[in-house]
Formats: sequence, structure tokens, C-alpha cells
Amino acid sequence: MIDEIGHFALVLALCIAVLQAVVPLVGAARNDAALMGWARPAALAQFLFVAIAFFALMHAYAVSDFSLANVAANSSSMKPLLYKLTGVWSNHEGSMLLWVFILALFGAAVALFSHNLPPALRARVLAVQAMIGVGFLLFILLTSNPFLRLWPTPAEGAGLNPILEDRGLAFHPPCLYLGYVGFSISFCFAIAALIEGRVDPAWARWVRPWTLAAWCALTIGIAMGSWWSYYTLGWGGWWFWDPVENASFMPWLVGTALLHSAVVVEKREALKTWTILLAIITFSLSLLGTFLVRSGVLTSVHAFASDPMRGVFILLLLSFYTGGALILFAWRAPQLAGGGLFAPISREGALVLNNLLLATAAATVFIGTLYPLLLDVVAHQKVSVGPPFYTMTFVPIMIPLLVAMAVGPMVPWKRGDLLAAFGRLKFAFLATAAAALVTLAATGARSLGAACGLALAAWLLAATLTEIAERVHLFREPLPAVLRRALSLPRAGWGMFFAHAGMAVVIAGITGSTAWTEERIVSGRPGQSFEIAGYTIALDRVSEVAGPDYTAARADMRLMRSGREIAAMHPEKRFYPVENGAATGVAIHTNLLADVYAVIGDPDGTGAYTLRLYYNPLVPWIWLGAAAMALGGLVSLTDRRHRIGAPVRRRRGAVAARVQAAE
Amino acid sequence: MNKRGWIFLIPAAVFGLLAAGFYAGLGIDPNVLPSPLIDHPAPRFALPPLQGEAQGFSSADLKGHVSLVNAFASWCAPCRAEHPVLNALAHTGRVPTFGIDYKDKEELARAWIAELGNPYTRIGADDGRVGIDWGVYGVPETFIVDKDGRIRYKHVGPLTEADVERTIMPLVARLER
Repeated sequence: MIDEIGHFALVLALCIAVLQAVVPLVGAARNDAALMGWARPAALAQFLFVAIAFFALMHAYAVSDFSLANVAANSSSMKPLLYKLTGVWSNHEGSMLLWVFILALFGAAVALFSHNLPPALRARVLAVQAMIGVGFLLFILLTSNPFLRLWPTPAEGAGLNPILEDRGLAFHPPCLYLGYVGFSISFCFAIAALIEGRVDPAWARWVRPWTLAAWCALTIGIAMGSWWSYYTLGWGGWWFWDPVENASFMPWLVGTALLHSAVVVEKREALKTWTILLAIITFSLSLLGTFLVRSGVLTSVHAFASDPMRGVFILLLLSFYTGGALILFAWRAPQLAGGGLFAPISREGALVLNNLLLATAAATVFIGTLYPLLLDVVAHQKVSVGPPFYTMTFVPIMIPLLVAMAVGPMVPWKRGDLLAAFGRLKFAFLATAAAALVTLAATGARSLGAACGLALAAWLLAATLTEIAERVHLFREPLPAVLRRALSLPRAGWGMFFAHAGMAVVIAGITGSTAWTEERIVSGRPGQSFEIAGYTIALDRVSEVAGPDYTAARADMRLMRSGREIAAMHPEKRFYPVENGAATGVAIHTNLLADVYAVIGDPDGTGAYTLRLYYNPLVPWIWLGAAAMALGGLVSLTDRRHRIGAPVRRRRGAVAARVQAAE
Repeated sequence: MNKRGWIFLIPAAVFGLLAAGFYAGLGIDPNVLPSPLIDHPAPRFALPPLQGEAQGFSSADLKGHVSLVNAFASWCAPCRAEHPVLNALAHTGRVPTFGIDYKDKEELARAWIAELGNPYTRIGADDGRVGIDWGVYGVPETFIVDKDGRIRYKHVGPLTEADVERTIMPLVARLER
């Protein structure tokens, strides 16, 4: 019964979305307030019905209702409740429903928090958003309906892929989707601006919080995905340039560029068409990610649901939204009034450089991801593009980006002086040289690459610290005055500080793990011990243990350093009988500077086990840094100008005046 | 519209090309791997036998008749799935079947054959080098070699009964003519 309510609610949501896509748009074109007024209640109602459908499916998973084909195929009654619930989005149908749920959630959020938006803009934004909703609701109902019944009802479900049964992964898709789908709002604002034919600083200010929120969620989602592959795949890697990872990384790169270019629109009324284009591309890349993952055009460990019919449908959606948006862009963008010219050495000049480098970086990832597919189409050749390609193309683009990232914030708006900026970077130059020399002295000339990486990280971190120290007059005024300044600094300033400093920490983590990871693969019997990177790992015994829905061979290990026990480690090799599958339970001991990482493999039949032991220096910094970046985004989101902001009021006055004049 | 208006058409044009590429890409099965060795002579090799067996497997065994060469390993789960199909094929006696035991432990391979049955006329134990010459990408893989010792077909992944009926047997019949 609840399943049918869910199914019905989904159909109702589709009907509401159709209304929401058409009526407010007509209203905005005719300047009819009554018709425009439809947008908000429709967005809220659409969210309500999608939420009913979503929670109905979640209920079916919670009570293991195997009469739904989707539940029978992807769950089992033996699962712990948490994994039953997160099982909703572990499969194609459920994850598409989650996608639409988050889309409707953002629509409702715009409806609720847009009281300072001009009514026509709000109506158009919500209408465009509903168009996206219509497409994806149709997609679910026609090709991927999770509410289809199964007869006869099986007594037990087929279970969840054991590798997906994990706390980190449970919350990775929702975060990723919050990011992907969040960019739909920037997209809708861009389309609405193209329809209206006007982009101004107020527009940039309205788009910014939505872009920021999506960017934060995507940052967290990507970091969680990488963390998950680090601790479950069991060989110490954390990024594979896998097509599906790239699919989430490309919108992140372009979204980062969008965040920065929108600032230029806000402060200097320049880069308008470019910003609109970035907003369109960011969301299009999110859609492309959905297409690549869901259609199975690329082979990947992630492509757990591939079906050509669905592929064609998503391609149609992609063509309609992206193609339509780009045609609208080609038609309307030339009419957007451009801003004034500006000097190359200026804050806006630095932001243009940032945009060029980020866009180029995204383009290299795009080419690396799609080249195999396109070559196959054109020349019927199979190739695979691996990490060496990205090391040779992506990394060289990142280096100037990181160098410029330190200088950019030091350059004032309109006209800057590069020499003066470098003068303020004395401390950063010192820190860079120190980092490079200390690295070389400690590890020898063979880690030249590592020295460069750490020097870059030091450069960025020192410059970021200098910038914030100067803004709060650190060492120049007494401490209370400094604190007062720190508190009154715009939150966006602190946001940039955390995000840029976090980036520096990430770079240090990537460098450390790339240059100095140690790995040992041994065949070990209980009672033996092994040395790695100055640690001793003693394998005491291996025993059979039973988990909630698996049995495992579990090792008892002691991690020791200079004869003293530091920690107990318990890597597991798990076997899941329902799914007839295995998963690795990695044991990680971290001191936040380095991880010791242990994996137990199969027994060889004579009482010995294959053990893989890793020492991964600085790896935890990758996720600490990513967390700092996301924190920066969140802090920036609380900036005062997003809540009140003088230009908004002025603009509302202007609109009101115009409406009066029209009347 | 100003004179440079065409610049704004570029994104839409690029996207149009990409979308066409994607549409064509949908028709391609990413799991089909072509072999550059098709229609080329099979590599020359001589593999030692599994411990306790009399004869190994070498290129000379492929001369004069159509053969099926199957790369397998005891550690490979899909090989276990395809094994009954190979047994049934061997039972018909239509085509001699040779095994390349790929990167395996010999005692495990022997136990595996003892447990599941032996469809192979001869088995060679390969530490991986001969597999590379054959272009083995992952086990199981199956090759059809013609009378002149040329590789004519490659199948990646476990053979099913349908594969044998629809592809393998018709091809063997054609090559024997």
C-alpha cells in the first residue's frame, strides 16, 4: 500500500513539475504576478510529493518488502538497518530517485529563501528548475521505476554488493548528488538571466550562495569517495583517475572557476558571458557524469547499472538541457552588455588567470575521460587513458595555478602592482625555500619532485597566512585590536583563508603519499613479525569471527615502535554468504602525520596468509585539507552580504520603480 | 548582434559533435576487446606439463587440425563457471581442446582438474610469458586456431553454451572445410 502511495506521489510530482515549468514562465513573459505566483507553491508541492515517494521507497527497504523488484534485487533481510536504508541509493533506480529528491529539495529551498529576488527572476529560475525535474521524473517513471512489483515475491533478497556496505560509502552518494544537483540552481539562474537578457552584480550575489553550497557538498562528496576507496579497496590508493571519479571532478573544477568568476561579475561587472557559460557547463558536466555512469558507455567499476535504453534517454535529456542552454546562450549572450576593460595585473586579472587554468585543467580531464570512447567511435580502437596521462597534463597546469593562487589575493582590484605583491610575499619565499631545502636535506636529491610539491604547498600556505595576518594587522597592533579585526573581517575573507590553506594541505598530502609510500607484501604466519618504515607489526593470530551478515578471517596484530606497543590492528577478510562475495576490512593506524595500513589476504593452505603492509606518509592531510576547503566554503556561505546585501535592496527599489512606471 | 557573434555558437557546436559521438558510443559494447593477433600465426611456444602429467603443450600440437585453446586458472571464478561448458564440448569430440594454465600454482591446478574433470587434450603450465604472447588480457580467454596454425577467433570471458552453439561450432565447421 505504502509502495503504491509512493508510486502515485511520483506521478503527481511529475504533473506538478509540468505546471511549474510552464505557468510561471508564461507569467514572467506577460508580467502577470498571479501566474508567476504559481512557482513557489508548485516547487514546495513538488518537493512534498517527491519526498513522499522517496520515503515510501526507504520504508520498503527498512521492512525488507521483497515484493518490490528493486528491493529484492538490492537488499536482504540480514542487513543491519543502516545499510538497508542506505541501500536505497546503492542501485540505479533508487539513486535516480535520490537525485530527483535532492533536485526538488533545492527547488523548495529556492522557493523558501528567495524573498529578496525580483518575482520575474524567481519565477523563471523555478520554472527552469522544474523543466529539469520533468525530464528526470519521466526518466524514472519510464525506464527506472523503483516501485515495480515482483511476482512471486521471493523470500529473501539478493543482497547488496559487499564492497558498498560501508559507512563512508553510505553517505558518499548523497553528498555527491547535493553537489551535482546543487549546480542546477546556478544553471537555472544562468538560463533565467539569458531569458531576461540581464546580468548584473545583484545577480552574481544571488547565485553565489547556491554555487557555494553545491561546491561544498561536492568537495565533501569527492573527498569521501576517495577516502572510501583508500580504506576499502585495500591497496592504499586514494585516486585512480577512474572515469567516474573524473565525472565528479570535472564539475568541481569548473564549479571552482564559476565561484571565482562570479566574484568578478559582482565586484567589477565584467566576465558576464563567461560566468553564464561556466554555470551552464558546470551543471552540464554534472549531467554528463550521470550519463557516463548510468549508460555504461565507459567501463568502470562504478558502472553497476548499465542499460542502453537508459543511456539513450539520458543522452536525450543531456542534449535537451545542455544543447538547449548553449543554443540560448549563442542567441542571447551577445546582447548582454559587457563590462569595462581591466588591467592584466589586478585582482580581476588574477581571477581570469585562475579561470583559464581551471578550465584548461577541466578540459584535460575531459579529454582523458572521453578520448577512449570517441576514438572507439571514430577509429574502432580500444585504448585506455591512465594516470601517466594525467601526470603529464594535469599536474603541469596545477603548478602555475598554485603559484598564482598565492599571489592573486595580494593584488588589489582594478590596478595592481606585481612588485608590491611580491614584496608582501617575502615570508612566503622564505617558507618555500626552507621547505624545499629541508626536504632535500632529509631525503636526498632523489626526491626532487617531492621537494617541489612541498615547496609549492609551503608557498601557498605561507602566502595565505600572510594575507590574513595583514588583514587583521597581526604584529602591528595589540592583540585585542587584532581579535576585533579578525571578528569583523568579512566571512568570505575567512572562507578564502580556509579554502586556500586547505588546498595547500591537500597538496602536501598528495606529495607525501606519492613520493614516500612504502609497501611490503609478505607471506606471514601467526607469531611472525615484520618491519616497515621503522615500525614492527607482529601478527599474533588469525581467527574466524562472525559479523552481522558476514564471516571473516580476522588478524590480531600489534603495531610497535622501538619495542613499545602503539596500537592493536585488526584487518579482516570478509565473506558475505548471501551475495557470495568478499570484501577487505583494512586496518589503519594514523597519527595524522602518516598512516600504517594493513591488509590480510587469502591463506595459502599451509597456515600462512598474504599480508600487505603500507606506510603512507602525509596521506591523512589529503582529507584534512579537503575538510578545511569545505569548511571555507561553509564559512563563506555565512557571509553577511548573502543575507542582506545593499545592492539587493537598491535593485528591488529599481524594479518596483520600473513596474510603477510600466503601470 | 555584433560581428563576433559567431564565437558564442562555438560551445553549442562542440556540444553537438560530442552528443553525436555519445550516441554512436552507446552502440559499442565496451567489453569487446579486439585481438591484434586475429589471422596471424599463433605464437611459437613449448609449455611444460603440469606436475605428474606426461606431456606439455607446444605449438607443434596445433598443426594440421582446427583447435580450441583455452587460458584458465584455478584462482579464477569465471573459469569455474565455464568449465562444465568445456567438459560438454570435449565430450562431443568435435574439436581438440588445449589448456594454458595461466599464472597458477600447479598443485592447485591439478586439484582443480581432479575436482571438475579434464576437458583438455593437453595442458601446459604457463608462468605468464606464453600468455603474453597470445595476448591474454585476463582469464578465461578462448582462441580458435585453424589448420595452418593461425588464430582465427578470440573470446574474452567465460564461454556459455550459447557461445559454443552460435559462434564456436559454426566457426569450427567452417574452418574444417
